[in-house]
Amino acid sequence: MRAMVYRGPYKVRVEDKDVPAIEHPNDAIVRVTLAAICGSDLHLYHGLMPDTRIGHTFGHEFIGVVEQVGPSVQNLAVGDRVMVPFNVFCGSCWFCARGLYSNCHNVNPNATAVGGIYGYSHTTGGYDGGQSQFVRVPFADVGPVRIPEWMHDEDAVVMTDAAATGYFGAQLGEIAEGDTVVVLGAGPVGLVAAQSAWLMGAGRVIVVDHLRERLEKARTMAHAETLDYDEVDDVVVELKKQTDHLGADVVIEAAGAEADGNFLQHVTGTKLKLQGGSPVALNWAIDGVRKGGTVSVVGAYGPIPNAVKFGDALNKGLTLRMNQTPVKRQWPRMFEHVRNGHLTPREVVTHRFPLEEIAEAYHVFSSKLDGCIKPVIVPDAA
Amino acid sequence: MTEPDVPSAYVRDKRTPPPSREELRARIPGWGADLDPADRPSYPKLQYPADTGARWDFPERQPGSEGREHSIEHAFVTPVFGTAQPLRGLSGAIRRFAYARFSEGRLAHWLLLIAGDRVDAWEHHLRSFATLRPDVPATGLRTEFTRGGLRSRRGRSDARHQLLDPVVVVGPWLAGAGAAVLGVRRVVRAVRG
Repeated sequence: MRAMVYRGPYKVRVEDKDVPAIEHPNDAIVRVTLAAICGSDLHLYHGLMPDTRIGHTFGHEFIGVVEQVGPSVQNLAVGDRVMVPFNVFCGSCWFCARGLYSNCHNVNPNATAVGGIYGYSHTTGGYDGGQSQFVRVPFADVGPVRIPEWMHDEDAVVMTDAAATGYFGAQLGEIAEGDTVVVLGAGPVGLVAAQSAWLMGAGRVIVVDHLRERLEKARTMAHAETLDYDEVDDVVVELKKQTDHLGADVVIEAAGAEADGNFLQHVTGTKLKLQGGSPVALNWAIDGVRKGGTVSVVGAYGPIPNAVKFGDALNKGLTLRMNQTPVKRQWPRMFEHVRNGHLTPREVVTHRFPLEEIAEAYHVFSSKLDGCIKPVIVPDAA
Repeated sequence: MTEPDVPSAYVRDKRTPPPSREELRARIPGWGADLDPADRPSYPKLQYPADTGARWDFPERQPGSEGREHSIEHAFVTPVFGTAQPLRGLSGAIRRFAYARFSEGRLAHWLLLIAGDRVDAWEHHLRSFATLRPDVPATGLRTEFTRGGLRSRRGRSDARHQLLDPVVVVGPWLAGAGAAVLGVRRVVRAVRG
């Protein structure tokens, strides 16, 4: 089969690999029909995530058709069209039994601090991902869901992570009616988080970024006010001014470990790798939220420490909430919202690449060329 | 500053009340559909799903776990695991040491894994030079010309640090090439001398 493979920082290409095999009785093999590149894939691409091995196939956002099932699989059949949460999870451990699917303890031998994720290094379990023609899906009775007939494929693929994470991020913010909600980062996660904040009763939503096309999308797709941080001297002071010096009631950090906005932090974190990425957005969240407010963190960070202003969080009495998203838990309600047009995940998709052009897709997305917000990969488009 | 001008932070209530429900519902599709905090999918944080699809208390163990690296914070190799890119070579030895010796709580664990990543990359780069498809410092660069590299970056503050990308990406390759040239020259001198 053809699959994306990692060749080192800033280097990916497509190679022939063996079609994955059933390795556990509850496995399925899925033929990928559509995959996406997530902003967090760029952390792997830039060499920020420990134990990212040469030859690894990335991709934790994908949908496809069941090609083969293991002998114990009962809930899926060959030919089913499925969407697969980015979490690999067993459904039965202490954590899964309490709905914390993203924290499953039975699927990632390499670490206890993170669950299993498709195509996201050996730190999350060593599973090859879905930017390929076929992918192994463990616990086929637990994770995948048949795609509803009415659902658009691009809505489905974006809901396997980015959209679900945006919706989850708004929930972590514990938004109350009338709250002013600031979303840091107008990528796919931030855009859906901004849409979701309204569903939870926000009175005002402000999205912060510096890429014009993304801020425009925040205005049109998420009906949000926008703040271009390149146009202000100090984004925290600007947020204070815009909130009558209170600060936001809730800040959703949807940028993660490669945030721009502070040259020194970005260079030491993401270029020189002297810390585990750049915590600029997280520090803006802590300083931009009001005292007693809530910071929701759904931007992705790795296991290496960051220079985070924890003292400010303490002294302001903040509530910090975060997790990798337990995706499947979000879906039943999200399906309603998508069907009703309240959430519009596929609006974030701007670029479509055949699998054979995945190196180009990564460079365009990484460098934010051509107004790229979300690239999807079509394995059989060539 | 007169008292009515004092910002909200310094008085009891917000000076500007939020828009009314009616106004928000008219303007925002679905406003308030998840208004009740207790009726959101992630509330409460811990909840007990009626049916996850699992029909086991502990999953059947996937074969092949013998010798597979695992975090020493785990009791054993988990019953299901990824089998992509097993450990091999010098990078594999570094990674195995990181897993066997240091817990996830130790920075040494992660720094060794990062070191293993760089060694792994160079093991593969060197091997690729003996093939018809040698590695290059970065891929996808033709999009700089086909997808508006200059146009896309115009006026963007991150263009400043993107200027560092060629240094970060090509620098180790130049250093490696320089070291190789010096090494070869020394060997040649030693042979001649």
